Amino acid sequence: MIKTWFKSGSPWIWLNAAAVSTCLIMVIGILGLIMARGAGHFWAAPIVQLSYQEDDGQVKTIIGEHVDTTITPALMAKSTGFKMADNEDVLVQYLMKTGNRDLTGADFRWIQERNIKAQSQPADLIVIERREWGNFYGNLTAVKEGENVIATGEKAWDVLQERLKIALELHEHIAHLEKKEIGAINYGLDKLRLEQRALELKGKWNDQTAKEFADKKAAYDVDYKKYQAQLGELYQKVRRDSLVATTESGAELVIPLSKIVDVSQPNKMGFFTKVGRYFAKLGEFLSEDPREANTEGGIFPAIFGTIMMVIMMSIIVTPFGVIAAVYLREYAKQGFTTRLIRIAVNNLAGVPSIVYGVFGLGFFVYILGGSIDKLFYPESAPAPVFGTPGLMWASITLALLTLPVVIVSTEEGLARVPKAIREGSLALGATKIETLWKTVLPMASPAMMTGLILAVARAAGEVAPLMLVGVVKLAPTLPLDGNYPFLHLDRKFMHLGFHIYDVGFQSPNVEAARPLVYATSLLLVVVIIGLNLAAILIRNHLREKYRALEG
Amino acid sequence: MASIETRSHSFDASSILRSTHKHDDPVEPCLKVENLNLYYGKKQALHGINMEMPKKKVTAFIGPSGCGKSTLLRCINRMNDLVDGVTIDGKILLHDENIFDKSVNVAALRRRVGMVFQKPNPFPKSIFENVTYGLRIQGINDKRILEETVETSLRGAALWDEVKDRLQDNALGLSGGQQQRLVIARAIAIAPEVLLLDEPASALDPISTLKIEELINELKEKFTIVIVTHNMQQAARVSDYTAFMYMGELIEMGATSQLFTKPTKKQTEDYITGRYG
Repeated sequence: MIKTWFKSGSPWIWLNAAAVSTCLIMVIGILGLIMARGAGHFWAAPIVQLSYQEDDGQVKTIIGEHVDTTITPALMAKSTGFKMADNEDVLVQYLMKTGNRDLTGADFRWIQERNIKAQSQPADLIVIERREWGNFYGNLTAVKEGENVIATGEKAWDVLQERLKIALELHEHIAHLEKKEIGAINYGLDKLRLEQRALELKGKWNDQTAKEFADKKAAYDVDYKKYQAQLGELYQKVRRDSLVATTESGAELVIPLSKIVDVSQPNKMGFFTKVGRYFAKLGEFLSEDPREANTEGGIFPAIFGTIMMVIMMSIIVTPFGVIAAVYLREYAKQGFTTRLIRIAVNNLAGVPSIVYGVFGLGFFVYILGGSIDKLFYPESAPAPVFGTPGLMWASITLALLTLPVVIVSTEEGLARVPKAIREGSLALGATKIETLWKTVLPMASPAMMTGLILAVARAAGEVAPLMLVGVVKLAPTLPLDGNYPFLHLDRKFMHLGFHIYDVGFQSPNVEAARPLVYATSLLLVVVIIGLNLAAILIRNHLREKYRALEG
Repeated sequence: MASIETRSHSFDASSILRSTHKHDDPVEPCLKVENLNLYYGKKQALHGINMEMPKKKVTAFIGPSGCGKSTLLRCINRMNDLVDGVTIDGKILLHDENIFDKSVNVAALRRRVGMVFQKPNPFPKSIFENVTYGLRIQGINDKRILEETVETSLRGAALWDEVKDRLQDNALGLSGGQQQRLVIARAIAIAPEVLLLDEPASALDPISTLKIEELINELKEKFTIVIVTHNMQQAARVSDYTAFMYMGELIEMGATSQLFTKPTKKQTEDYITGRYG
């Protein structure tokens, strides 16, 4: 019976099915967890007001968002120091986000369910997202213009919305002036300084050039003063308004509107308002700069840096890999040496990525970059230009890391081009190189794309080597901007993978950052899937075009 | 070379050629093979071949598998250069010019000696691009010339009427027989002098085979054709001259009508009567 069952092959099929479903469950599990944790972060949670009896018997009010629940068996709770009554089986604890870090020193606190005396969700509780000190939870009492109270009670909320809108516009204006306009002036002044230094080094600095430079500097100064005056005015305006709010303990706090990103009353919101707000928050997350040591705000620079780096890497690795593969497969005499090279290439793919990082730092950054600085940028010494980690070195290091993948798959693609096609081309009077360019390489292009897809997938998720050759926690400027020469390969950049690590493990406020870790992970997965999908679409298009290989 | 002269049965095809055509028009040879030996590494595959292939006639190579007929054919446009470890001595003269000469440009030679392979091998491009491939390689990109050539070549390969409305379609969408005629059109588009056909119909169905054979009859008005076939009826139907090869040697060559009716060698007779091979 058992024997025939084994002979029928059913156990084998069951085994295969089990393996496949295990893989599927793992993939879906990972994506599901990241999605549930990450995507939920932007949903406006209700704020609860609790009457809570502290350990010393005092009853206090706690206002905050419920974040997490743990249930501990009584025995275990006792051993960690909780007093447990005999009829209690378990200890239920809630993690509340109470905000107001500037007043209480912590954003989060654990409370025990048994000590909650009353619970409500008053509609007019507000949550204020601030530029500093995290969220504020409490009640709005008044809006002030300068020192004068202009609205209180019911009216305060509407007035606040109006005033906040103006304040946010002003803030945007200020950010634009500071980053774009004054940033451009600073960039220009710095370039001028370097040019002057270069001329001095060459001994061409004379009265005439000195005058020219002084004129240019004066022009910049005029601009700068103009912007500075504008900024002064804007700052005065934006600092004028403020709001007064009471905290859970009844203390009053004055918060200038210039420090506020967003005010909301989640308990008053209907479902559709919440959906709208969800997407607004998601948009902010994708398009804004991070705040407060990356634990708040958006991650746009990290998305941008990741994609830039991957594109640069692709531009470098594709020609190198293809040329190497063509030489190995088409020109090199097949023998011991080529076999040795192939083995070396394959082994290169197995070298731990941090080793590439060390190599990149030691060779590219210090030796190559150092030499480039000495030769081409003597004027900026002792400050390095290319002799320091940056986008270019990160791209090249990752290109080196992914080179084996591209070489191997291109070689396979070349090997799959039928001999008959090559002979057909040669018989028509084409030379070898013409055959290669006009027929063989186009037919191998789907395989090259496959290599590139694998390379992109690996490079986009790599973190360890990047930490050594160009990624930073916070980059003040993007590697691509409006200042000539627009693409700044020497700049350091932010990266989603490193951002996850940084926010999750290097953050001063771990609890606050946790949802962001999931959200960023989700985004990294989405970015990689997006890059892969793009490459796969191109590959399928090419495959359709050159489908002779299947025949 | 000395070894060839000692072979008693080494065969001089050119004398036969002359003798059989005493009463016909004088035959002008297009290709001459002189004392050709070919080695794959140390193994000798062709032994002292001597023959002439007349201009604008069809010469067929017949013989059992592995007799070297394809190898000999591939010598004529130097396709064997691509195979590692091949050494060749002797000469093949194309209009009195030795194609193995160092001064000969192989790509230019292959433009004069076109080739069609056993299995249809169209490029994964449009029909139009397939036919114009050879011209584009030569740097001809004038649209009018290309269009004219495509039409004349496809008409020449008896394919025009079937594909004239879908020249931009992928050539791989054609049937096997159509693909083979496309490959012939591609070969004649660059106006070669000689056309080498390496078992051109062996991968095709009978109707497509018939079409190819009819085509060969038309093509010999313009080109010198050398065809390798293992199908003796086909050789009898399409060729003017037939060479029988066996074990890398040329056994006998003569006018097709004569070779099939009155072979001079016993081996030839055995082969064509089906006693071996």
